[in-house]
Amino acid sequence: MKKGKTLLDDISEAISSLTSGLKITLSHFVNARKHRKPIGIENKDYFAQDKGIVTLQYPLETIPIPDNGRCRLYNEIDDCIVCDLCAKICPVDCIEIEAVKSTEEIGKTSDGTTKRLYAAKFDIDMAKCCYCGLCTTVCPTECLTMTKTYDYSEFDITNMVYHFTDLSPEQAEQKKKDYEEKQKQKQATKVESAVVEIDKNKGNTEDIALKDKPEAKEEKPEVKPAAKPVFKPVIKMTPKPPTPPKNEGEEPEKK
Amino acid sequence: MLAFVLFLAIALGFALAAVYAERKVSAFIQDRYGPMEVGYKGLAQTFADIIKLLLKEDIIPSAADRKLFILAPVVIFTSVLAGYAVLPLSPDVIGSNAQVGVFFLLTIISLDVAGILMAGWASNNKFSALGALRAVAQIISYEIPLTLTVLSVVMICQTLNLQEISFQQGIWMNSMEVYSNEHNYLFGIKALGIDVTMTGGILTWNIVRMPLFFIAFIIFFISSLAESNRAPFDIPEAESELVAGFHTEYSGFKFAFLFLAEYSMMLLVCFLAAILFLGSWNTPLPNIGAVKLANWTSGAPGTLAGNVWGAFWLLSKAFFLIYIQMVVRWTYPRLRVDQLMKLSWKVLTPAALIILFISGVWRLLMI
Repeated sequence: MKKGKTLLDDISEAISSLTSGLKITLSHFVNARKHRKPIGIENKDYFAQDKGIVTLQYPLETIPIPDNGRCRLYNEIDDCIVCDLCAKICPVDCIEIEAVKSTEEIGKTSDGTTKRLYAAKFDIDMAKCCYCGLCTTVCPTECLTMTKTYDYSEFDITNMVYHFTDLSPEQAEQKKKDYEEKQKQKQATKVESAVVEIDKNKGNTEDIALKDKPEAKEEKPEVKPAAKPVFKPVIKMTPKPPTPPKNEGEEPEKK
Repeated sequence: MLAFVLFLAIALGFALAAVYAERKVSAFIQDRYGPMEVGYKGLAQTFADIIKLLLKEDIIPSAADRKLFILAPVVIFTSVLAGYAVLPLSPDVIGSNAQVGVFFLLTIISLDVAGILMAGWASNNKFSALGALRAVAQIISYEIPLTLTVLSVVMICQTLNLQEISFQQGIWMNSMEVYSNEHNYLFGIKALGIDVTMTGGILTWNIVRMPLFFIAFIIFFISSLAESNRAPFDIPEAESELVAGFHTEYSGFKFAFLFLAEYSMMLLVCFLAAILFLGSWNTPLPNIGAVKLANWTSGAPGTLAGNVWGAFWLLSKAFFLIYIQMVVRWTYPRLRVDQLMKLSWKVLTPAALIILFISGVWRLLMI
């Protein structure tokens, strides 16, 4: 510290720095007349306002989410073939599916895939979900999608589990019974035919009963339009079962 | 009695409004909205807060000195409110027209220190004790420049009566018996020969009657910030180090009381600054020739108009100073203890002494 000047220097420095500080705060106070509008990044004015209040009053004003926002999952159950791919690929196991085999073809999805399984249970626990989006990429019929909704907190954690099945528990039970009955009938006819003879038939029915359907679903994931031609032969052919599982196993690993 | 009721109502209403205003001012300075949810634009926020505060449990720590603990908020608030007794609100509304007004005011608000020390000591808490010690050290140090600047004003005005000081600073000076033959000259210098007694307005304010009072006013303002423990002089309740300082242990109604005392103190020093330097209840607009702005914006003492205009101008000036206090609070960082003492003893006190000396000389030019 030099002699003489220091105190006066200090004072003048203090005065100039104090006034510049006041200028800054007063300019902010004056600019507080303006405030940010709830516009998204896609708007060309997004960066235009660099002064004024920046707060958005959230529930009242929201920045628009783009249409491809990756938030809450939604399953369009009418288009779902209950292939279980999403549940398998989910890293946090938040999707729970219980498939019930149908006695006959249920219908077609909007992209023309045949539905052969009922979803007795299709639950997604959004509290566990990590929003990775893998389930939507593997979905063969693109029925599982991510939506723009992101604000869906609940007071009760069980409400975070979303049920997408269109069957009531009773209906699901009924479908199971139907299938079991059908199975029994088949068994009965099989026994009869076995008595008559022919191994080929026997093998065929078993395959259809136990493996065909999962197999069918598992094939579709790969290529939707192409899947159909592949699909039909599968029903009749026995050797196919091994291949689809392989494909299915490989796919997730690659990803 | 009327003055007491009015000032109590003003102090209570002000505390409510000022908490809201403080939050809004700080929010705007920081590019935020501040309270927005309770009532229109958050206007009912303070009412909600005060209801919450009054419903809270009033805790007295078991290790506290019970009697002092209960007494402290009363002492603090009473001493601050007693200061309002000698403040003029308008030409006719004043609690006590005591001749020793300024002297009484400075004395009684010093009792505030005793209350703070009581609160800090009685809490039996390290934060409270430290906060109280700091508060006492700070308030006593800053009382010196504060008193010196007030003394300068008293030397120029030659009276301790705040109402007389008020009358001197406007067009109604001659309506007071004592001053019926007095004249105000521009910058207070008689030799200039410009008589502004009837021009009034800002030209007769103390800050213009003695131009150096601008510096005195700043010294007074800084000291008054320290007196009322406002940022940047809030080391007695520095929340980052001392939780809440001397009122750490207070809760519920007692805390509300201390809070009220703090805001009343803010208002009191702003009133005092307005009265001593900024023309008290006189209008800032001067008469210019035929355009009698000063007469139009004030009324003769004794009339209703005179009192309403007087109260309006005094409150406007005080609230403007409060606004400055708030902006200052949200602009500057807190001073360290050594910086605090340096500012008081090495800067403000010498400057105030010099101004005191010049004021004495200036007074000679005025007669």
